[in-house]
Amino acid sequence: MNEPILTQEEIREINAELEHYPDKAAVAIEALKIVQKYRGWVSDDCLVAVAGLLDMQPSQLEAVATFYNLIYRRPVGKTVIHYCNSVTCWMMGSDRIGESLCRRLNVGLGEMSAGGEYTVLPIVCLGACDHAPAAMVGDRLMLDMTENAVNEIFER
Amino acid sequence: MENVTKPLTKNINPDRVFTTLADYECSGGYQGLRKAVKELQPKDVQQWVKDSGLKGRGGAGFGTGLKWSMVPGIDTPQTRYMIANADEMEPGTFKDRMLMEQDPHQLIEGLIIASYAIQANIAYIFLRGEYHLARQRLENALQEARAKSYWGEHILDSEFSLDIILHTGAGRYICGEETALINALEGKRATPRAKPPYPLVSGLWGKPTVVNNVETLCNVPHILNYGVDWYLGLGHGADKGTKLFGASGRVKRPGLWELPMGTPIREIIEEHAGGIKDGYKLRGFLPGGASTDFLLPEHLDVAMDYEAITKAGSRLGTGTLIVLDDKTCPVQMVLNLEQFFAQESCGWCTPCRDGLPWTVSLLKDIIAGKGRLEDLDTLAGLTRMLGPGNTFCALAPGAVEPLQSALKYFREDFERYIVKEAA
Repeated sequence: MNEPILTQEEIREINAELEHYPDKAAVAIEALKIVQKYRGWVSDDCLVAVAGLLDMQPSQLEAVATFYNLIYRRPVGKTVIHYCNSVTCWMMGSDRIGESLCRRLNVGLGEMSAGGEYTVLPIVCLGACDHAPAAMVGDRLMLDMTENAVNEIFER
Repeated sequence: MENVTKPLTKNINPDRVFTTLADYECSGGYQGLRKAVKELQPKDVQQWVKDSGLKGRGGAGFGTGLKWSMVPGIDTPQTRYMIANADEMEPGTFKDRMLMEQDPHQLIEGLIIASYAIQANIAYIFLRGEYHLARQRLENALQEARAKSYWGEHILDSEFSLDIILHTGAGRYICGEETALINALEGKRATPRAKPPYPLVSGLWGKPTVVNNVETLCNVPHILNYGVDWYLGLGHGADKGTKLFGASGRVKRPGLWELPMGTPIREIIEEHAGGIKDGYKLRGFLPGGASTDFLLPEHLDVAMDYEAITKAGSRLGTGTLIVLDDKTCPVQMVLNLEQFFAQESCGWCTPCRDGLPWTVSLLKDIIAGKGRLEDLDTLAGLTRMLGPGNTFCALAPGAVEPLQSALKYFREDFERYIVKEAA
């Protein structure tokens, strides 16, 4: 018998979500997020294990996992920095924010910075267009981004 | 109470971090719910909302009371679902986030009343995954509201019971389309469904389902609490009530303001947003988010209501203006918009999946100096091919709205890239 893929904690949290829905598959996104909370991303093994837990075919769950901007099917840094590149933020200089994030961390988009601390990714409109350009560092929304503000993220 | 003119934002003020349950109750909060479950039949609530003239604030503008009244057989016990569409992701739109972060109980009360009106016993709030603060505030507010019997078993000692579940998504524009949202909630890949059957008849897990936008639901408690006549007095023109209007881009004070339906665009841009930033001029604007047609300075006196904006050649959409200034290239702006739509297309139907990347590559070529004048005809052809009736859902028809109007109004900007190269 192989080592269990998911931890007891992950399985417990996923099972706790099941009570809100008449069908196990409805927990798919939440289950992937739970795995991601502990591991940063969703590996093939984890995907297959979650599918088993939810009575889904792995391909069914993969169709869900690959659909969303916030589910990572490749390893990412401990903190993902999403900078908004939709229309208002683009107009107000989001390209420069993205470039200075990548330059500061010496990475390309989607890559991990040295030590696995950060990954920079573009994201669609964060609903903060009155404070463009906007970014999200982990769960934290950052408004009125400047190149100075980019530096401050890493100096805290 | 009759002098309330800004119902949606009356509790929102800069002195508070956000509206707590006590603040909310203090200004009439949950009185609309009390009236609904204690004094009115579900059909009466539907009628009140129908009479108020409230239309969906998510972009499509369908009559809210009418939508509720189309749910079949609410007199017989059956599983029905009510869903709050909190998947705000239309570029340029930031109104629902503010409503949920600043006054979470308003949405919750609206959702409970709407559930009562269609006799749904389970309600989901489908919140976009990026809205972390809204999630925290809603989670907290839901607990507070449950403790006071505003939802749960036998709400306020009435016969009506409701369970509310906060569901967070993982980020994809198409989830705002109601049938795609339903697929997303079911844990399927979020492609839209064929209609009919409409969700009102067969929606979530095949049961009758109503999906309403956050701002739409936020209007409902006030209609119940202050009455239809009061609500009818709020609009300036054909449409009733107030709406959150916004402006972003190079204006002096980007932001959101609750104003009567029918407020002229000029008042929003020049007064509330303080006009265009010094050193810039107004070139045009998208009146209601990324998927609406450009309008020009000559349209500044058009009223922000559904009909007037349609007549001017665009759509009210979400009511949040994206301002184009004279130093931003409209061709590059359209490229940014089409890249968004191409990326967010679910890929289900061929015209959208293949057509949108095609527009992106043509626009990129034009901007890179590799365009030909015939490309403008190809782009115009694509706007028709991706238009209403040719695609599975409304994503592509929305996507080509800014493109078709840019080709009409800013043709010289497109030609300049091409002609410069030819010379």
